[in-house]
Amino acid sequence: MPRLSAPAGFALFAAVMLVAVPLALAGQGYWLTVLTTAALLAFGSLGVWLTFSIGRINIAQGAFALIGGYVVAILGTRYHVSFWLSLPLAVLASALVATLIGWPILRLRGVYFAMITLSLTEVASLAFLNGGSFTAGASGITSIPRPALLSSSLAIYLASAVLLLVGIVIAWRFAVSPAGAVFRSLRQGEELAASLGIDIARYRLLAFVVSSGMGGAAGAMFAAFQQNVFPTSYTVNDSVNFMLYCFLGGLQTVAGPVVGTFLLVIAFQLLSAIQRFQALLYGIFMIAAMLFLPNGLMSLPQVLAARRGRADEAAPR
Amino acid sequence: MAQILIDGCVLAASYALIALGITLIFSIMRLLNFAHGELFMIGAFMVYYVYGAWHLPFAVGLVVAALVPALIGAGFEKFLFRRVMRIATREENTMLLAVGTAILLDNVALFLFGEEQHGVPETISGVLQIAGGFLPYQRLVVVVMSLVLIAVLLGFVQFSRPGRAMRALAQDRDAALLMGVDVDRTSMLGFAIGAGLAGLAGGLLVTIQGVNAGIGVDISIKAFIMIMIGGAGVVSGALLGALVLGFAESIGYSLLPGSETYLLIFVALVLFLIVRPQGIMGHPWG
Repeated sequence: MPRLSAPAGFALFAAVMLVAVPLALAGQGYWLTVLTTAALLAFGSLGVWLTFSIGRINIAQGAFALIGGYVVAILGTRYHVSFWLSLPLAVLASALVATLIGWPILRLRGVYFAMITLSLTEVASLAFLNGGSFTAGASGITSIPRPALLSSSLAIYLASAVLLLVGIVIAWRFAVSPAGAVFRSLRQGEELAASLGIDIARYRLLAFVVSSGMGGAAGAMFAAFQQNVFPTSYTVNDSVNFMLYCFLGGLQTVAGPVVGTFLLVIAFQLLSAIQRFQALLYGIFMIAAMLFLPNGLMSLPQVLAARRGRADEAAPR
Repeated sequence: MAQILIDGCVLAASYALIALGITLIFSIMRLLNFAHGELFMIGAFMVYYVYGAWHLPFAVGLVVAALVPALIGAGFEKFLFRRVMRIATREENTMLLAVGTAILLDNVALFLFGEEQHGVPETISGVLQIAGGFLPYQRLVVVVMSLVLIAVLLGFVQFSRPGRAMRALAQDRDAALLMGVDVDRTSMLGFAIGAGLAGLAGGLLVTIQGVNAGIGVDISIKAFIMIMIGGAGVVSGALLGALVLGFAESIGYSLLPGSETYLLIFVALVLFLIVRPQGIMGHPWG
């Protein structure tokens, strides 16, 4: 099977997202909303993918999505700040929080980092719940004004698609840049990287801050499009789902998290009869993926090729 | 003041069961059991059905509350973790599998048990008054049972043959294998006992706090907090973590309304981890 080069694959994906989908689904608000959701979730997953690339299991993406959402909500409803100004501010706020928290907790590794980031998702939810009149507590913030220029579901979809494409470029730039090489070296052994004179604390913070900024952007977009945000908008389950999207697609390539997210989100819309069992099936998918496809769906061709190769060897000549 | 101490003791004793269970599994298999809170929840539901709904003796309920999670844990180890630990290419794989089992149990429980909050009738009524604080006999039962179970577990791990095999496995997997320890069976037993402890803790605490299908994540997070405080994989750390969390909770809830207590506990935890990332008793990156 001929393999697409990365730029060609990206161009094809961009063409589908920006030209084919709008042409095919222009009048169908429902499917545009589904694809908007998939694009934004995929954008958040790309951030989690970046932290995976430095060998950290990040279960905090829901916390940063919540921060981004609340920044847009508070600025939009109280101070009537335009969405286009509050979106970068949301990213900035998430990145700032990530810098402050990331600096101490990135010293933790493995299960420790997973545990503390999972707790962070809970903290964010509790913090917004207890924020008094500033965050409006459990009732959340509703009737957030719609972003200017984005009045139709098509416009919203296009904005999300563009964001996702930008996200893919960011992740890909990291993957092929020297910083990406450093990230991978961190995953394989931080002591070794440090012994080569690499400032490991700076690089791992960079990965975490970019990741969290992406989570903040996704949360900001969701809040603006759904026009509301609640302390329970993102729970531990959402943070775990971001991880699942990455893993189902595969961690080896930038395409992995995108493929994983679109596949799961769209599959569940098609199989509306089983939507009730979505969370249950997510659990089963996760277990099955670890049992049979530990490197994700993107590794399926290699796995099949290997299996065929073995079958050929076993066959009598 | 006396009331805060009493409540702290009750919480600390039962939390110690949770922390010891997750520590046992972690130290033997190097695996963070994300489904620990779900096993706790299942144990609680077993007591709710056996004792609360079918009116069998509380002791029978506790036995079921230990056995069902233990069987689930043993099954997980035998059919899922054993294979994935063998084929894993990244250390994240087993952890994600653990997350998967947690999601699975969460949702199965939601279908089987429904969303409502359930409580059970008191097993013993009356209140003991100590130094101005009130200790209902029900809570005394929980404390005493927890302490007995902790003692039994520590004795088992310290002196019995399978217990020694577990400690050997925790110390050095390869060396244990060379000494003829049946690694597969010991791992399965360890997972079963850890899960059973979670179930027992649930079965005891359901008499005080009740149960609903959504408490799994909360309990898991509490277990994580305890082992982050104490240090993952260390028994003394688990007990210390339970003590700290139990008293932090009882002090917090008496001074602050609602969920602010946990917000403060988390903030304190992050600050503490800056100073001591491996926990009080943990080994650095052990």
